[in-house]
Amino acid sequence: MSEHHEQTFCSKYIFSTDHKVIAKQFLWLGLFFLAFGGFQALLIRWQLAYPEQPLPWYLLGNLFYEGGLMTPDHYNVLFTMHGTIMIFWAITPMLIGAFGNFIIPLQIGAPDMAFPRLNMISFWTMFLASIVLLASYLLPEGAAAGGWTSYPPLSTPVGGIAGEGQTLWTLALTLAGTSTLMGAINYIITVVRMRAPGMTYFKMPLSVWGLWLTSIMNAIFVPIIAAGLILLLLDRTIGTQFFIAGGLATVEGGDPLLYQHVFWIFGHPEVYILILPVWGIVSELLSVFSRKPAFGAKVTAICMCTIVVLSSIVWGHHMYTTGMSPLLGKAFMFLTLLISIPSSIFFLNWLGTLWRGNLHFDPPMLFAMGVIWVFGLGGLTGLYNATVTSDIYLHDTMFVVGHFHYTMAASVLFGGLAAIYFWFPKMFNKKMNPLLGKIHFWVSFIPLNYVFFNMMVTGYAGQHRRLYNPSEYEFLAPISDLNISITTFAIILGFSQLIFAYNFINSIINGEKAEANPWKANTLEWTLEGPIPHGNFATTPTVYNGPHEYSNPAVKDRDWIAQSEPMPT
Amino acid sequence: MSEALAIKDPFGKATTGKLGMWLFIIMDGLSFGGLLIGGAALRATAPSWPNPGDLLNIPLTGFNTFLLICTSFTMVMALNSLEKGSQSGLKKYLALTMAGGLVFLGIQVYEYYHFILDGFIPSTSIYAAVFYATTCFHGLHVLSGVIYIACILYAANQGRYTAHDTDHVEILGIFWHFVDLIWIFVFTVIYLI
Ligand code: HEM
Ligand SMILES: [Cu+2]
Repeated sequence: MSEHHEQTFCSKYIFSTDHKVIAKQFLWLGLFFLAFGGFQALLIRWQLAYPEQPLPWYLLGNLFYEGGLMTPDHYNVLFTMHGTIMIFWAITPMLIGAFGNFIIPLQIGAPDMAFPRLNMISFWTMFLASIVLLASYLLPEGAAAGGWTSYPPLSTPVGGIAGEGQTLWTLALTLAGTSTLMGAINYIITVVRMRAPGMTYFKMPLSVWGLWLTSIMNAIFVPIIAAGLILLLLDRTIGTQFFIAGGLATVEGGDPLLYQHVFWIFGHPEVYILILPVWGIVSELLSVFSRKPAFGAKVTAICMCTIVVLSSIVWGHHMYTTGMSPLLGKAFMFLTLLISIPSSIFFLNWLGTLWRGNLHFDPPMLFAMGVIWVFGLGGLTGLYNATVTSDIYLHDTMFVVGHFHYTMAASVLFGGLAAIYFWFPKMFNKKMNPLLGKIHFWVSFIPLNYVFFNMMVTGYAGQHRRLYNPSEYEFLAPISDLNISITTFAIILGFSQLIFAYNFINSIINGEKAEANPWKANTLEWTLEGPIPHGNFATTPTVYNGPHEYSNPAVKDRDWIAQSEPMPT
Repeated sequence: MSEALAIKDPFGKATTGKLGMWLFIIMDGLSFGGLLIGGAALRATAPSWPNPGDLLNIPLTGFNTFLLICTSFTMVMALNSLEKGSQSGLKKYLALTMAGGLVFLGIQVYEYYHFILDGFIPSTSIYAAVFYATTCFHGLHVLSGVIYIACILYAANQGRYTAHDTDHVEILGIFWHFVDLIWIFVFTVIYLI
């Protein structure tokens, strides 16, 4: 890796095998889709607040729909593509693709990923998947519309939604899954094999722990959904009947519920796949900005491992209303509630890290603390969904939507933003404007809570999810004002992200040059002077200390010590 | 690096590439697991399920199974020859393995061809769907394996491997043995029970 390569523009920025370049490619892809999916969310919200009224100019209504009027079919496409894009094209590339790639080799002291070429192919497979997904909008009947879960019969040709959008959706998701699997191989083997001397598992920063466990879960569960998606694709293309119940009169037919099982065997772990990197990153950032060792770091790592194991046997909690046997329902409820034990432990560890810390409220810290709040609320409301008796009432209402936006959307979004503010100086060697960062936090945090909390309220009042026009139901009339105010706050939330977009792009172009270690952090990436060359470390570092040795009394006149610096005795 | 700082690696001397392949076949095995268990679930809930022996040509596929097991043996011989320093042995056994894979695929295509002529196509019944999805998924693995062997054979022809540099051949071996092993499961589940 150290030998000098003559690099063309193409091999340096486009078909690069350097993990840092691939990380940036994933970041741009993720941010693009985040904006795209976020915009769709505003369109959804508009319809829920002002049903069947023309979209206003600032939501570009006339551009998308004739007379700015959204039809029920459009609405179905919107929430389907919003969910799909946010999960698989925005959050996954941002956290796993971008930060997984950027952080893992740098923090464990490796020159690159274990398989750099595979890493590059992984990105371009994702790119291809994006093109397939976007192409589906150009079909005459529009893109997929069966919800991000794409349950049969909505997603199958017999009795399903017309058009080939769903086929392209399935294909795009299979490709995206392939890309994820290539990444997973790389991340897992890199952590197993390429750690610098002295970097034992428990000296790995918690961010690496989170990303590594996520990759292990990806390696286990994505192949299963891939098998399911291939069967769905066959049902759609060559007329098989895996998920079609007695579709044709002449054959017995398959089983639509089988799809739900396959989907959630993957789908429940998927939400942990999304959140684990954030847990790791937040644990680490809290420690950096409290200038204290991460409280119970080992226990946090072990709790994360426990959750990985438990999360693979709880999928049934998504299916309480499918006529599952009550005994099975109780078993899934018990297992699900069991997860709250390790979750609470590491949640308390987070608070333990903050306790009597020397808190620095820089933008990454604000967002990390934001995660504590939104994930706490999301976790608590999850108990109502996990409990059979209350879930039978809450299932498929906006309560569920509010709950999973707290746990998944808000937490992962804030975690991703915290990571961007934190690693931006290392990624781009420039500083971001901290004041704009703080403003961005508050104008995101307040409306976001208003939106997601009140989504739960409307759900509790009985408003169904995936509902085109709530005003058709008399019992929802009392909450129509609430729906309007949620939408107002959602629009504020959406447009305030422009502050971030401005800050991000402007800092890349005009930002001040960042120092090597602006946050006075311990982990190995901060020992490198930017811009970091291909191959990272001039000499492989040797690791002496844990990642969170802040305010160690043995170190005089500063409150940090790099992992590769011998502890003074 | 001092002794205390050296990291104990539980995976011993296995090369990074080999670990990567092991991880890949675990993932691939899970996909097959998904297909086989999904098929079993459909079978368990189906009102009726045909007896495979009435529809499928078991002796022919039995021969195919035997053939595939033989190619695992020739693959072992290829590596063995290389370790002994015999380049010609390496090439001979790789070519034999590849030929075995091609014959396997040929017989599978022949089988499909006759089924399709008889009107037994994927949309005929749920049994047909499970049959085609599983065997075709496996067939694609054999095809990838054959292409993979061709690449290694090409490199071997250029003298890329030596008795001290067997890693690429070993990694190929892991994949090929996996494809064989999975076939035993597929054959048992789809053809025999
Ligand atoms: C930040 C602002 C966001 C707003 C205002 C928003 C709003 C909404 C609304 C109103 C729905 C429900 C539509 C309906 O049931 O009819 C929805 C669905 C959904 N959202 Fe979001 N969302 C946001 C961000 C996100 C993010 C970041 C994610 C990803 C992690 C996400 C994932 C989903 C999913 C998976 C669905 C379900 C789609 C379906 O029903 O198939 N959302 N969103
Ligand atoms: Cu779940």
